[in-house]
Amino acid sequence: MATHATNEFRSGLRVMVEGEPCIMTDVEFVKPGKGQAFTRVKMRNIRTDRVWERTFKSGETLESADIQERDMEYLYEDGEFWHFMATDGSFEQLAAGEDAIGDTKKWLKEQEVYTVMLFNEAVVSVTAPNFIELEVAETDPGLKGDTAQGGSKPATLSTGAVVRVPLFIVTGEKLRIDTRTGEYVSRA
Amino acid sequence: MHNWQPGAALQNLQARQQLYRSIRDFFYRRGVLEVETPLLNQAPVADPNITPIQADGNRWLHTSPEYAMKRLLCAGSGDIYQICKVFRQGEAGRRHNPEFSMLEWYRVGWSLPQLMQEVAELLQLALAERYPELPVRSYSYRQALQEFAGLDVLSCSDHDIATLGRQLANADLELDRDGWLDVIMSHQVEPALPRNTLVFVDNFPASQAALAKILPQADGAAWAQRFEVFFNGMELANGYDELLDADIQRQRFARELAGTGRPCDERLLAALEQGLPDCSGVALGLDRLLLHATGADNIRQVISFDWYSA
Repeated sequence: MATHATNEFRSGLRVMVEGEPCIMTDVEFVKPGKGQAFTRVKMRNIRTDRVWERTFKSGETLESADIQERDMEYLYEDGEFWHFMATDGSFEQLAAGEDAIGDTKKWLKEQEVYTVMLFNEAVVSVTAPNFIELEVAETDPGLKGDTAQGGSKPATLSTGAVVRVPLFIVTGEKLRIDTRTGEYVSRA
Repeated sequence: MHNWQPGAALQNLQARQQLYRSIRDFFYRRGVLEVETPLLNQAPVADPNITPIQADGNRWLHTSPEYAMKRLLCAGSGDIYQICKVFRQGEAGRRHNPEFSMLEWYRVGWSLPQLMQEVAELLQLALAERYPELPVRSYSYRQALQEFAGLDVLSCSDHDIATLGRQLANADLELDRDGWLDVIMSHQVEPALPRNTLVFVDNFPASQAALAKILPQADGAAWAQRFEVFFNGMELANGYDELLDADIQRQRFARELAGTGRPCDERLLAALEQGLPDCSGVALGLDRLLLHATGADNIRQVISFDWYSA
């Protein structure tokens, strides 16, 4: 496995730190004029999603982590695993467990393409596209005349997610949702 | 396609011209001689924390013009200054570029407080446009650590220092006392110093003397007669009441050079034996100064082509 010295540290580098697979998100070189040089690194543990900071002495090395990102289409759920298929023409299938799926569960829609992150070839996380189109499964009928006030009401989507929508939205409509914030964007 | 574009906007290139003009004018009016010394030298820096770039034929790019300028002082140059490029291997980041511009000057017969006063005047001039009223605060190294890290460097044990250092670094870096002090200084003290203020820190631990004198102070301890200037969490300058004693300098060089494989600057030691006049000197990072003068947030924005696009 390749190793990386502190002078190769940069945002996006994928390394093993204290046994955990991490992606560097911010790298700062620190050096007092007449002293020891350090590299301060902010990184995200891709298994726990925890962001943490650690300082390295200049010259320290880290092993690179076998972390891959793949575009994969969601197929189905079997009660224990969620199954995805590669979109690169290989038709390769991978299964993600509950821990890996996490909050993305509420944005899962068949035939939609997700970013699947693999560590040592096992799925560790699944990220939904930034925007997704989903149908309203249930919402209270709109209250007439309130549209100008820009009021909102809850709506349950086909995936089970609940989002705040404008009062004029009715059951059966397709909506565009920002999965990062969980907010309604527009009618699709 | 290669990205050929400069990292600095035209107005930042103009700001550099304006800064250099005002520095040259500042020293011209004060009768300080501008000098040039070689970039490629037969003996590199001794400081083991600074890595010089070695060129062909056993020549090293200088990491500061200090050794050569001191030889000029020994030869009777009187007050001198220099604006030059210096090179430090591996020092790249938001506030570092391995090739950077330095202003270094020496005042013969001046005490450290006199030089600190002049440094403040030069910085106030350079930053006047963005910071018309720039206050100055001074701390001893001991005071700064006490006030901003809650640690008395005189009475605390190596263990106390390492414990705080490990907590700040979030790792055991296996450092000596000075190494952990560097962690505390860079991770805790520097970011906590007063903002929009020129902050001078002086009287450093004797173990961090480099090329400065070590003298006893009112608290009964001996401190290195050095100062550093910080502005908005960033170190801008580093000054010394210069060590004159050639024998002590030879001992410090021997200790620093042990195991580095670098040759000792015998020419500097020979000059010191001849006699360095009592003087104070300071080195100031011009790219960082420009960064503050222009309001940039990355050193790349004030350098035409940084390390990665050079």
